[in-house]
Amino acid sequence: MKTDRMQLICDSLACERGGRQVFAGVNFTVSAGEAMVVTGRNGAGKSTLLRVIAGLLRAAQGQVTLTGLAGAADEASLPEQAHYLGHLDAAKPSLTVRENLTFWADFLGASGDPAIDTALEAVELDTLADLPAAYLSAGQKRRLSIARLLAVKRPVWLLDEPTSALDAPSQARLTSFMCEHLAGGGFIVAATHGPIGLDAPRELRMGAAG
Amino acid sequence: MTAFTSLILRDMRLSVRVGGGALMGALFYFVVVSMIPFAIGPDLNLLARIGPAMLWIGALLSTLLALDRLFASDHDDGSLDLLTMSSLPLELTVAAKAIAHWLTTALPLVIITPVLGLMLNIELSAMGYVALTLLAGTPSLTFIGLIGAALSVTLRRGGLLMAILVLPLTVPVLIFGVAAANAAIVGPAPFGPPFTILCALSLASFVLGPFAAAAALRQGQE
Repeated sequence: MKTDRMQLICDSLACERGGRQVFAGVNFTVSAGEAMVVTGRNGAGKSTLLRVIAGLLRAAQGQVTLTGLAGAADEASLPEQAHYLGHLDAAKPSLTVRENLTFWADFLGASGDPAIDTALEAVELDTLADLPAAYLSAGQKRRLSIARLLAVKRPVWLLDEPTSALDAPSQARLTSFMCEHLAGGGFIVAATHGPIGLDAPRELRMGAAG
Repeated sequence: MTAFTSLILRDMRLSVRVGGGALMGALFYFVVVSMIPFAIGPDLNLLARIGPAMLWIGALLSTLLALDRLFASDHDDGSLDLLTMSSLPLELTVAAKAIAHWLTTALPLVIITPVLGLMLNIELSAMGYVALTLLAGTPSLTFIGLIGAALSVTLRRGGLLMAILVLPLTVPVLIFGVAAANAAIVGPAPFGPPFTILCALSLASFVLGPFAAAAALRQGQE
């Protein structure tokens, strides 16, 4: 995948929820290999911004585009090129860890043979692969979500509080995954309150005006 | 495996696992229909006359009963967000869920219908026809119910609202389903015309249901 000139462009984005304006006039450009951290107080619209980028909420104004995708993928819209790691982990309690991950890899369209086992090993869930997800702790469920980002290659990662519920070693591992992703020409937009371990990410402060 | 078939398989797997509702619909159907002879009394002629209608009402209620969590459970655990971010169009995604739901909920119901027919004094020769009308008609119940399930996805107690929204829409299916079943049992009207219309209703809802449900889901995300 040729990703040199890929850019994620957000142009005077505004969003309203329940008749109230959450944010307006958000502009930024992220180039391939760059990470951007979205910060701001509670209710400033960090999660909303991520959901708008993921195509899960409609923008009242403005648009987000991904430019410079190579080849046939040009036609694909941004949500199909993005991973969204939200507050909910999308794990079905009655399916095993492996079944959960295999389904998402198949459904989200992993090209070729999805690297299920590699991804599970990377997040250290390989010993629990045949356990129903109902028995996982919050942190383990979060790691299962992160395994999804590894099993299916998509250039844009939208992470909403990615470190929540993770212990220190898992946070360090997530940081290394993010560094690898950026080195491979990916994008990261993360909403966070604390540091996520990346050195010198760009920062977007939400709701600074009030 | 394609996204479409993997979603069908996942939903079927979920419904046969702990907490899934695969056989609940069929059990509910069984219980409801079994109550009728107790309520009506041992009037065999009356039972035979109203039997097909009772079977259809039972099938309608049990299909709807199981439908209300179709999207709500995916919405609650965040799966719905990811389902909409696939390259698979949302219309096909909801169609896959409906097909899986029909296979695990409505098909068992069609299969046990001949057994229930015995309780309602329906002749064995006619039982196949009644089951056939259910086989042809239940897909339309599922696909019409799909719209209601999508509309009520964000509501906490959406089940009742869904029934109120969907039941009126199923009136044509009920009319022609019972008409076809009655034609097979008591006559004298031919079986063909109402059965053909029933098939047409199923095909139409198969086309319209996914589009309406996908549109409802997109609105519900706001």
